[in-house]
Amino acid sequence: MSRRHRPSLDITRRQVAGGLGAGIVAAVAPFNIASSQGAGLKVGVLLPRSGVQAGIGQDCQRGVEIASGILKDMGLPELSLMNGDTESNVETARSRAERLIGEGAQLLVGAFDSGQTTAIAQVAEQKGVPLVINIAAAPPITEQGYKFVFRNFPTAGMILSDAFANQKAIFESTGSAPRSVVFMHVNDTFGVAMQKGIDAVMPKFNMPYKIVETIAYDPAARDLSVEVAKAKATGAEALLTVSRLNDAILLTRELVKQRWSPQAILSMGPGWYEDQYIKTLGKLADDPLSFVPWYDPNKKLSQQLEAALAKAYPGINLNTNHIYTFEALLVAADAFKRAGSSEPKALADAIRTTNIENNVSIGPGIRFDAKGQNDALKNAGIQNRNGKLLTVAPLSAANAKTVWPLTPYDKRA
Amino acid sequence: MPASILVNVAVSGLLTGFIYGLMALGLSVIFGVVRVVNFAHGEMMTIAMYLAVVLFSAYHLDPLLMMLPIAAVLFALGYVMQRGLINPFIARPEHSQFMLLVAVALIIVNSLLLIFGPDARSVQTSYAYDSFQVGPIIIDATKLYAAAAAAAVAAGLFAFFRYSLTGKAIRACADNYQGALVVGLDVTRLYALTFGLGAACVGAAGCIMVLLLDVTPALGPSYTLLAFVVVITGGLGSMPGALLGGMLIGVTEALAGLLFTPSAKSMFAFGMLVLVLLFRPQGILGKSAS
Repeated sequence: MSRRHRPSLDITRRQVAGGLGAGIVAAVAPFNIASSQGAGLKVGVLLPRSGVQAGIGQDCQRGVEIASGILKDMGLPELSLMNGDTESNVETARSRAERLIGEGAQLLVGAFDSGQTTAIAQVAEQKGVPLVINIAAAPPITEQGYKFVFRNFPTAGMILSDAFANQKAIFESTGSAPRSVVFMHVNDTFGVAMQKGIDAVMPKFNMPYKIVETIAYDPAARDLSVEVAKAKATGAEALLTVSRLNDAILLTRELVKQRWSPQAILSMGPGWYEDQYIKTLGKLADDPLSFVPWYDPNKKLSQQLEAALAKAYPGINLNTNHIYTFEALLVAADAFKRAGSSEPKALADAIRTTNIENNVSIGPGIRFDAKGQNDALKNAGIQNRNGKLLTVAPLSAANAKTVWPLTPYDKRA
Repeated sequence: MPASILVNVAVSGLLTGFIYGLMALGLSVIFGVVRVVNFAHGEMMTIAMYLAVVLFSAYHLDPLLMMLPIAAVLFALGYVMQRGLINPFIARPEHSQFMLLVAVALIIVNSLLLIFGPDARSVQTSYAYDSFQVGPIIIDATKLYAAAAAAAVAAGLFAFFRYSLTGKAIRACADNYQGALVVGLDVTRLYALTFGLGAACVGAAGCIMVLLLDVTPALGPSYTLLAFVVVITGGLGSMPGALLGGMLIGVTEALAGLLFTPSAKSMFAFGMLVLVLLFRPQGILGKSAS
């Protein structure tokens, strides 16, 4: 019998490279589906449908799915949707955008994440195909002089300014405010933009608290025990966060396990108001305050959208993901109707002159400035209560009073 | 910074490291005997995690109690994989083995994606939010149970290889392949058994890991990579090395997160790997070829 090939116990470069290769190849391998349906303007909808942001991407998709009926009722033309998955990855987002355009997409919508959206914006500009951003707050996206990129979502600076104003309104109404906060943020394009924005914007608001420490963490982190231990050790009275969905869940779990109930959780990003957050954590999901782009419950279209979501997805609260994804498609359909053409240049010109007053988000409506940014959007302060999302600020739009301080986790049923 | 925080974080890192160690143990066992590097390691762990999630969702069975049956399923999977798929590749060049196992990994990831979708799934046990307070130290109950289970599985495996006849035969194959053939050992069967045991380890690790992590199909590759980091640090082929590597990586990540910046946790773990590769390429407890 011949002697078999027996590698030595030494680690070779090939083995190490192979290990790394296996990880990389398998990480980028999940299915990518692009499907087209119906006729009309071909709109490529790019969302993180898998990967670490899959929960939010799929929530945005709900906004896509309830849009067609409402747009039809509004007398707007039909959109032919082509779905693309960014896999929560910047490079994949870029290649999917190129692929969708190659397959005939005449307008792109997406992509929830600032990093992925930045990559898609570069492709859209290069190919001369309009991109209507549903959600992405990093300011540089609309500061590049792009002619085909439009954003109906507040920038990090706009979110922060409204967040600080709404926080002060809450502190005033409750007669209490934290004197110190620890700032925990996700270390991605959005999180870093918000962190830089806080440094620039906060001094203008004379906030009653000071930030005692800033803790950045990996967006794909699967364990945040160290981060929370470090935050707790600062002795801060409240927690200021910019997070995503998975990390918001992990942070809450660690707060409970490490027996730390801060006076308040003040979130300035997604995660804490998401349905998956509420469903996963039950009573532990109550009380965090989120200062986010929101909808005006008094607008007629908001009520229509709320009804459509309740019919299609009973038990799911209308939120930022649905609202802004819907509005991005509304912008596309409106522009297509006014342009009377699916030619990208004509569409971009039509989007530039958008003036939609019958909309959902807070503010006077949808219109874009010379940079392609809707700068009139306003944000709200919302609080989770018994599985519902209540507006607590600004006080003029509030439909509930703030629960303050946060109910200690060990005092919950 | 108070010393209690440092101790808290170090204990948490140590407990996490035990679980990393168990996960990497399977990889080390397989390589130590069969000399095949299992590039589908993390993906096999996600199979076990999904099995645990399904059993918990359907029958409310605690993953720790399901560790044995799920490990048995993974043992069978590993045994069959080795006999039917990997055995013909044992004498082939390493790149052929690599491509085969990467293909297996891709098939597993995409099959899980087709069956379960991309959503994260988790297990919410009654003790999911419990913690123990010992003086100023707060210990996560789930991590403690998980680490204890990992230690028990590792001890069982060590005992098997040390005291059972089959374990001794497998060690004989690893130590002297030709000698094992000469004395009449059924090496093909023993290889399959070893691969099965390695897979069973991964199965047990998956049951433990699901208590700490939400599972998605995309989880596998990052844990394949982590298992490599652990076993290369501890010594590829060395069982105690895998456990030691796991603990070192766990504690390094935790302390780096606390003392430097949490975003740099992985950087420090990989930094340690680079140092080991530079100064002790066979790993801390690994045997040198010479």
